[in-house]
Amino acid sequence: MLDMPRDTADGWVGRAIERVEDAALLTGRGRYLDDLGVKPGTLHMAILRSPHPHADIIAIDTSTAQALPGVAAVLTGADIARLTTSLVVGVKAPVQCWPMAVERVRFVGEPVALVVAEDRYVAEDALDLIEVSYRSRHAVVDPLAALDEGAPLLHEGFPRNLASDRSFRYGDPEGAFARADRRVAISILYPRNSCTPIETYGLFAEYDPHEDAYDVLANFQGPFSIHAVIARALKVPGNRLRLRTPRDSGGSFGIKQGIFPYIVLGAVAARVAGAPVKWIEDRLEHLSASVCATNRATTLAAAVTADGRITALDFDQVEDCGAHLRAPEPATLYRMHGNLTGAYDIRNLAVRNRVVVTNKCPTGLNRGFGGPQVYFALERLMQRIGVELGLDPLEVIRRNLIPATAFPYRTAPGALLDSGDYRATLEAGLAAGRLDDLMARRDAARAEGRLYGIGFAAVVEPSVSNMGYIATVLTAEERRKAGPKNGAQATATIAIDPVGSVSVHVASVPQGQGHRTVLSQVVADVFGLTPADIKVNAEMDTAKDAWSIASGNYASRFAAAVAGAARLAADKLAGRLARVAAAQLNVPVDEIVFAGGKLCARDNRANALAFSRVAALSHWSPGQLPDGTAATIRETVFWTPPELTAADDEDHINSSLCHGFIFDYCGLEIDRDTGAVRIDRYVTAHDCGTILHPGMVDGQIRGGFAHALGAALLEEYAYGADGSFLTGTFADYLVPTAMEVPEPVIVHTQTPSPFTPLGAKGVGEGNCMSTPVCLANAVADALGVAEVRLPLAPSVIAALIHGAEAPAPAGARALAAPHAGGAKGEKLMRGAGKAHVRAAPEAIWSMLLDPQTLDSIIPGAHGVTRVSDTEFRADVTLGIGPVKGRYKAQVALSDLDPPNAVTLGGRVDGNLGFGGGSGRITLTPDGTGGTDLSYTYEAFVGGKVASVGGRLLDGAAKVIIGQFFAALARKAGGGGAATPGLFARLFARLLARLAALLGGRAP
Amino acid sequence: MPRLSADARHLVAFTLNGRPVKGLASPRILLSDFLRHEIGATGTHVGCEHGVCGACTIEVDGMLTRACLTLAVQVDGSTLRTVEGLAPAPDRLSILQAAFRRHHALQCGFCTAGILMSLDAFLRETPEPDEAQVRDLLSGHLCRCTGYTPIVRAALEAAADLRKTTRETAHA
Repeated sequence: MLDMPRDTADGWVGRAIERVEDAALLTGRGRYLDDLGVKPGTLHMAILRSPHPHADIIAIDTSTAQALPGVAAVLTGADIARLTTSLVVGVKAPVQCWPMAVERVRFVGEPVALVVAEDRYVAEDALDLIEVSYRSRHAVVDPLAALDEGAPLLHEGFPRNLASDRSFRYGDPEGAFARADRRVAISILYPRNSCTPIETYGLFAEYDPHEDAYDVLANFQGPFSIHAVIARALKVPGNRLRLRTPRDSGGSFGIKQGIFPYIVLGAVAARVAGAPVKWIEDRLEHLSASVCATNRATTLAAAVTADGRITALDFDQVEDCGAHLRAPEPATLYRMHGNLTGAYDIRNLAVRNRVVVTNKCPTGLNRGFGGPQVYFALERLMQRIGVELGLDPLEVIRRNLIPATAFPYRTAPGALLDSGDYRATLEAGLAAGRLDDLMARRDAARAEGRLYGIGFAAVVEPSVSNMGYIATVLTAEERRKAGPKNGAQATATIAIDPVGSVSVHVASVPQGQGHRTVLSQVVADVFGLTPADIKVNAEMDTAKDAWSIASGNYASRFAAAVAGAARLAADKLAGRLARVAAAQLNVPVDEIVFAGGKLCARDNRANALAFSRVAALSHWSPGQLPDGTAATIRETVFWTPPELTAADDEDHINSSLCHGFIFDYCGLEIDRDTGAVRIDRYVTAHDCGTILHPGMVDGQIRGGFAHALGAALLEEYAYGADGSFLTGTFADYLVPTAMEVPEPVIVHTQTPSPFTPLGAKGVGEGNCMSTPVCLANAVADALGVAEVRLPLAPSVIAALIHGAEAPAPAGARALAAPHAGGAKGEKLMRGAGKAHVRAAPEAIWSMLLDPQTLDSIIPGAHGVTRVSDTEFRADVTLGIGPVKGRYKAQVALSDLDPPNAVTLGGRVDGNLGFGGGSGRITLTPDGTGGTDLSYTYEAFVGGKVASVGGRLLDGAAKVIIGQFFAALARKAGGGGAATPGLFARLFARLLARLAALLGGRAP
Repeated sequence: MPRLSADARHLVAFTLNGRPVKGLASPRILLSDFLRHEIGATGTHVGCEHGVCGACTIEVDGMLTRACLTLAVQVDGSTLRTVEGLAPAPDRLSILQAAFRRHHALQCGFCTAGILMSLDAFLRETPEPDEAQVRDLLSGHLCRCTGYTPIVRAALEAAADLRKTTRETAHA
């Protein structure tokens, strides 16, 4: 039982009561998607994915896979293109967007085929039997390079890979820059990262051929505007796509919006297979091909007066949305459009926004959504203004904050900031977090020669998105053609059953935030009941529930919009219940109060009726309802704030309804030797309006802070310059553990929003916006550097302290900047070494050219065949770490100088990846009948093995090459001890072709 | 060690939370899949299938084990504990579980089962842990919702409560 006293004077809202969700989740009784069980006969889907970042699909042979017992269906992109229509693309361009590659793959992990089988294990077996021939294309990874003349082109309909290019002008930025005392500018590259929920995507799909209707249960989080996208792709009206969500979700943070292409695939798979289909994404699929935040290249300049007052900003943003512009992109770029001037009173603004496509995973919703990218530029700039003008960066912030008297404040690009007292929140944060103490600690540390820095960040946190902001990517003319878009419909339904108990339903699709608890508090307060009396259901069913396009869990809209809608619905019912009670108690309606489970007369509490009795009347005796009073059985409220208007012809857009304020600062110390960051103290002061549940608000702040800390210090979706994906496991994509996340000092002020029913604003995303740049500012302060790139891994910071590192040893890979080289910019492993074999060069030479010898000495070879005198083919099975696979290898000998030297080149292909390389071996007689071997090599890898085995490749290469030479030495007549390390490092090209796991293309 | 045929399904019987259970498993079936989909114990979750996230942590013969890195056939004859076995009764919470609820030590709850299993074992062996020890133990788990501090606080408070309970039992 929850320990909750009854009948409180202050009400339930605002109290940190225990969550109604928790008991089930703590005892293993969760109802997450994969816990729900399936209908008998359900089949299982697995997806074959591209190992290449950019390639044409020449042919796909599915016949062997089709023939595997247990396989029900195999579909390729051609089938998907035949059975669906392209997903909508968010800009006007002749471009298609398929959930499975059609004719061409554009990122590592892109679906290429799917199998439906009796179980997942068999489905994955069948994936290995699908043969795909690719013709590799050059890939482009860097968003600025993608714009270059001659860069590889992803889509013919996006010339120069540019999906959108819009410029905006508010006020008189040119004049302000011309008049300014100083111009301060900064260029930043914000990296890719993702909040990676621990539960991956999952869905069940079923198709009814007689009604041409799909029924899908998925851990989709909304927004339900995407429902229209899915239905359109499946070529059915909306009422033929029933989309449901389970009660519990294992986290989302925006990411589970991105399941929708898989909903299309699962639905089509169920249709073709003629049976229900289930799919659970695995972690590699999630990391390589779900969605992540955009990376962005921004140049930002400020016109500044001598005393630090900013009169204009000039943004040039290049947004990288990955390989496809999937709905709702390019929303990440426009979500913050009204907030580009941040927390500051800046009346002049110029903006150029470009959206580019690159050979990386498509982007989508991720906690903070556009905020981290904008504030990393803006708040780094604030710090630079302080440095360049010789002012205290905190003072620069203070001088530019929007004054408390200015609210509601209309920003230059059109946002209507609802409320706040930014200066008061800032000063409250400074006092509670003891900045003076941190200053003293910095002085003391620096006096001892230690590296200690303090950083600041002030941000406005928008919440409750205007569904019309995305249209700002269109010109006013295009918007007129497309029709108006604005608003943000929130909905809540309250029902009273025949015994008078109260149920609440919302379409908020919670992902762990505790919506059910908060709604029980809100509704209990209206009815004079306790939260335990209120049953809340937040499962979603588009066939039965009240919903609209803004339904779902995103843009921090719950507290401000959904809880508010529930309050409005409860108020409506309460008004009618009061009339019923007034008639029976013989008192005026306005004297009825709801308290202690009763409706009673305000001045005579004994004159009372049980809530349940009044509440049930509409069921049992509607005839007794007072004249003109509607029944109290069920009330559904739709609420959309009038402030969320469409963009005007001058591109002013009120992109969000509510605007919280956050002021962060921190002190941190950097280890001069290791480059490791230790956070001394982190202070985060929030004003999120009225706080509905203090425990959950602090939970959101801590959780956002932890995500942001990861983004700042550890996390990056790393790609090789060739487009290979390098962070396919949680051992490669490092997220913070309990060891890395300190407890922040949390400070609250509350300025209720005048625009929301409860005065609440969103709070879940703010630290993802403020914390990365606050930490970066502190690092910049500690090191006295101007350019700081995330993630601030020790290797990156060490480079800032000590200068760029000498070239890494072969195979080594820096976290933030994978080594690249080669003709197409592939990630390279380079090496050289020596070995000794007790046989004459001539004998070794003939062995190297003899298929049977090679067959017996190549690790894992099944059969080496000679194609010509200088070409061989082999099947090779190799395991690296957890990844064991079978590969086809092709080897060619060139530059033959028998028996002195030979160049070996080759490539390998398999379902786990591809690779290639070349190397030159030199054979020198040692004078005693043996041979000294020396070699140099370059090798590349790609595909799954690079994603999940990258960190193991160097070691694996040593082992495999060592095995090769040990076998060669044995075969040559014994002995052959070589320097172990050098021995082991023989050809990667052999490794590539022979060992096969590795490899890339022949240079 | 018995030889198992890859093509056949084999009987796997073990004790789960004090009760005998059994089912048929082909040799390659992961214990995590077997527990969830064959036995129906869905409280143990799967987050990465490569042993890093810790969501699938259970106890096998008293040892903390990643169910996703274990084959079902390996636990034949063993004694397993999972999150479903932690509470003293279906309508009650254990001391640790109750501390989690008081401290909001979970949000989505997906990683929680594994964390509870690790902490349950840890607190038995380390009845008076300090914060550093708790954080070290938790570093084998990934939680993306809470920022960890509420979990640390819940664990420390549960440790104190468990000590009190032990004392009271001893005095009774």
